[in-house]
Amino acid sequence: MAERGRGGSLTGTRIRERRNLVGMRQAELARRAGISASYLNLIEHNRRRIGGKLLLSLAEALGVEPSALSEGAEAALLAQLRQAAADRPEAGADLERIEEFVGRFPGWAQLVAQQGQRLGALQQAVEALTDRLTHDPHLAASLHEVLSTVTAIHASAEILVAEKELEPEWRDRFNRNIREESARLAEGARRLVEELDEGETSEAAIASPQDQVEGFLSDHGFHFPALEGGAEDGAVEALLSAAAERLGSGAARLMARRVLDRYAREAAALPVSAVIEALPEGVVLDPAALGAHFGVDAGRMMRRLATLPADRLAEKGQAPLGLVACDASGTLTFRKPLDRFPLPRFGAACPLWPLFQALSRPMMPIAGKIRLAGRSEGVFVTHAIAQPVGAPVANRDPTFEAHMLIQPGRAEDPADLPRVGVTCRICPKADCRGRREPSIMAESGG
Amino acid sequence: MSKSVLVVEDEPNIIEAISFILSRDGWHVSSHSNGVDAVEVIRARAPDLVILDVMLPGRSGYDILRELRAGDGAGASLPVLMLTARGQTKDRALAEEIGASRFMSKPFSNAEVLEAVNALVAP
Repeated sequence: MAERGRGGSLTGTRIRERRNLVGMRQAELARRAGISASYLNLIEHNRRRIGGKLLLSLAEALGVEPSALSEGAEAALLAQLRQAAADRPEAGADLERIEEFVGRFPGWAQLVAQQGQRLGALQQAVEALTDRLTHDPHLAASLHEVLSTVTAIHASAEILVAEKELEPEWRDRFNRNIREESARLAEGARRLVEELDEGETSEAAIASPQDQVEGFLSDHGFHFPALEGGAEDGAVEALLSAAAERLGSGAARLMARRVLDRYAREAAALPVSAVIEALPEGVVLDPAALGAHFGVDAGRMMRRLATLPADRLAEKGQAPLGLVACDASGTLTFRKPLDRFPLPRFGAACPLWPLFQALSRPMMPIAGKIRLAGRSEGVFVTHAIAQPVGAPVANRDPTFEAHMLIQPGRAEDPADLPRVGVTCRICPKADCRGRREPSIMAESGG
Repeated sequence: MSKSVLVVEDEPNIIEAISFILSRDGWHVSSHSNGVDAVEVIRARAPDLVILDVMLPGRSGYDILRELRAGDGAGASLPVLMLTARGQTKDRALAEEIGASRFMSKPFSNAEVLEAVNALVAP
């Protein structure tokens, strides 16, 4: 198969367009490029892939840069189609002929790509809503209340309709019950709608203190320039005051204060510029090694790396980093998600995460690659470690906490990487030894 | 002598409706609205059948049924009709797994309750 240039998309169409623009006959271009006219015809109709030397020859003959023939908006369309095919492997899409498909049926290709994207967005929405309906205690309680009220009204109304000779005393009683329950239903329905609305407009109103803190951190991109020199001149107080609405509860403010105080201490010990300077260029970060370089433990190094702003990371060719922490019970205590590695808001995480393996091997850095089961099947590099909380105390067993740094991996990594999920409810992985509850997502066939 | 049914449910108006239709059908109906001591109340009153709500104050209906079924006494074979506001397949499967005789999701019709009760215990 011919070598492909970057993008490599619809190169044939571009060659044909350029040739027509300069008024060159197909046979002439073929001759200049050293190929037959019939082969060039196949290329121009996107039935042969080209790249490398032949692409250079054609570009030279047409008087354009090779990139003008091999790159363009179609690359995004092809990437979307490949993603759509990967999402539904059972459909058996012929990836070998993807460029021919785009070339011959551009409108249909756009439609397939858009449908694929739409399906992905809808699936994500379903996952989020299902996660909420399943695990949000406020919502579950409200729904239960509404259903119980409806049951009482339904049962009372049935009696009034079915019992034609009902004694006046009973009739009055069931009428009163219906009136009472109707008022309760109206109130319950109003509250339910409010809760659902708040979920969209004001998450703080129904969010847990931890959710509020993470929302606050997310608002700032997990980075606080005001604390980078350490906590001075009431900087923490100022940040907390400015976020009074977001941090709606006293517990949230207390938790946020602890996070910011620790941030300031760690920022003072590990200045951004020094950390960026120490990062290797464009290769996977090893927080244990970086920690050793700075004389700090791996957990602290992970926390610091997760606070680095994206633009500074980009200076060293590094993508944004995710971080998740848990206490010794496995409860997630900190969540900084990546775009393609969502972290469960409600309910417990996947027990196969290296984060939890680390708890059974304290002080042992665990590095590896994982594949996230689900729509994207994305590959990630993880570093996890469990360490004692606080300083050691004589004759007292330490309490451990674990951290896991998440870095994007390369999709072309081996297919047999350990597959983990986000949380059981939305994980399609079949026959999982760690499964706690059934999934709403079916494993793709193929 | 009429058969007895104990309704363990915390919604008074649901209790009243169920009590009315079962009483008219010849059942002796009593009720209890707290999950915490429900097992003791069921054992003490020894009804012929229990209608048991899943979401009760203090203790879930699932836990109550588990304890009833785990004992050697009459609770192990007592007919239990479970009521829940969650009608999902997994809730039904869980109820069956721990020994519910029947499972009914809210809202239900009075006729359904009557049919279920009479099917479980001949009056």
